[in-house]
Amino acid sequence: MAFNKKNANTKQEIPTTSMPDIVFILLTFFMVTTVLRTTDLQIRVDLTRATNIEKIEQKRLISYVYVGPEKLEGNQIGDTKVQIDDVLIDNMTFIRRIMYDKLVEQPKLIVSLRVDRESEMGAVTDVQQELRQAGTLQINYSTRRQQ
Amino acid sequence: MALLKKKKPRVMPEIPASSLADIAFLLLVFFLVVTTIDADSGIGLVLPPPPEENVEPPEVRERNMLKILVNASGMILINERPASIQDVKNRVMEFVDNNGVDENLSVNPRAAIVSIKTDRQTPYEIYIDMLDEVRGAYKQLRDAVAMQRAGVPYDIYKGRQERAGEEDEVKEIYPMNVSIAEPDKGTGN
Repeated sequence: MAFNKKNANTKQEIPTTSMPDIVFILLTFFMVTTVLRTTDLQIRVDLTRATNIEKIEQKRLISYVYVGPEKLEGNQIGDTKVQIDDVLIDNMTFIRRIMYDKLVEQPKLIVSLRVDRESEMGAVTDVQQELRQAGTLQINYSTRRQQ
Repeated sequence: MALLKKKKPRVMPEIPASSLADIAFLLLVFFLVVTTIDADSGIGLVLPPPPEENVEPPEVRERNMLKILVNASGMILINERPASIQDVKNRVMEFVDNNGVDENLSVNPRAAIVSIKTDRQTPYEIYIDMLDEVRGAYKQLRDAVAMQRAGVPYDIYKGRQERAGEEDEVKEIYPMNVSIAEPDKGTGN
């Protein structure tokens, strides 16, 4: 009897009112710390503006090719280079193979050319010629909307 | 005994926290909706397939081709004549929508081809501006037809037809035949 008396009025529940807070804080923490992986641009790409542009809805179809002056140390810029994913392309003919491989994986591939506004057409033409050889004919000149 | 009994019924004062979850959830939904992962926008184009050896490119009648050249200094030449960037839109519209009236311009919009050529030293920005103007010309022509047929601009008309699974008649009337000309060989830097 003495044993029973001890437990009589004690509540055994864990307080759960702060549960949502904990979940929310956890969620916020992970949302804030997660970084969506983006390509490290080794070249400067400052896009041009245009009015009559269209949006590409299917983001997964897009593959980017960057063209622009290479970023050098101390805010200097160098010659115009081409970058695909994370690497600078030294030899233009590599583009053909890279893009062909991508096309095999995604037959509806759209190549988005992100070209710096101060570039000349020479590099763009070279890239386009390689893309034609690779068979990736759908291209898109990335521009921002004119303000 | 009386003292002990009095103390027992005291309850800890609680803040009503039942709605906290809702508030957090609402905040979360708000930020999820407001945040946009920027979609890529730009000027779409289809490159011509690589030229095959020993196969002559198809003949195009002179009048059905509008040649736009942007040269190394960023000057625009339409059919070998200098033109300003503001002219491009009107010239393209005139050319495409000629329907055989002027014998130097296109026979009909379907046959009309806008051929674009650039130099290696052409500034990219001017090239894009020019392409923008060409697209603007087609947009205006398409908008006009879409307005006439459906009473809405082409963008909305296109969306409707796509959803309905019907053919885009406006696009059939004014197909955008923009072709990138074969670059000259041996004009390296």
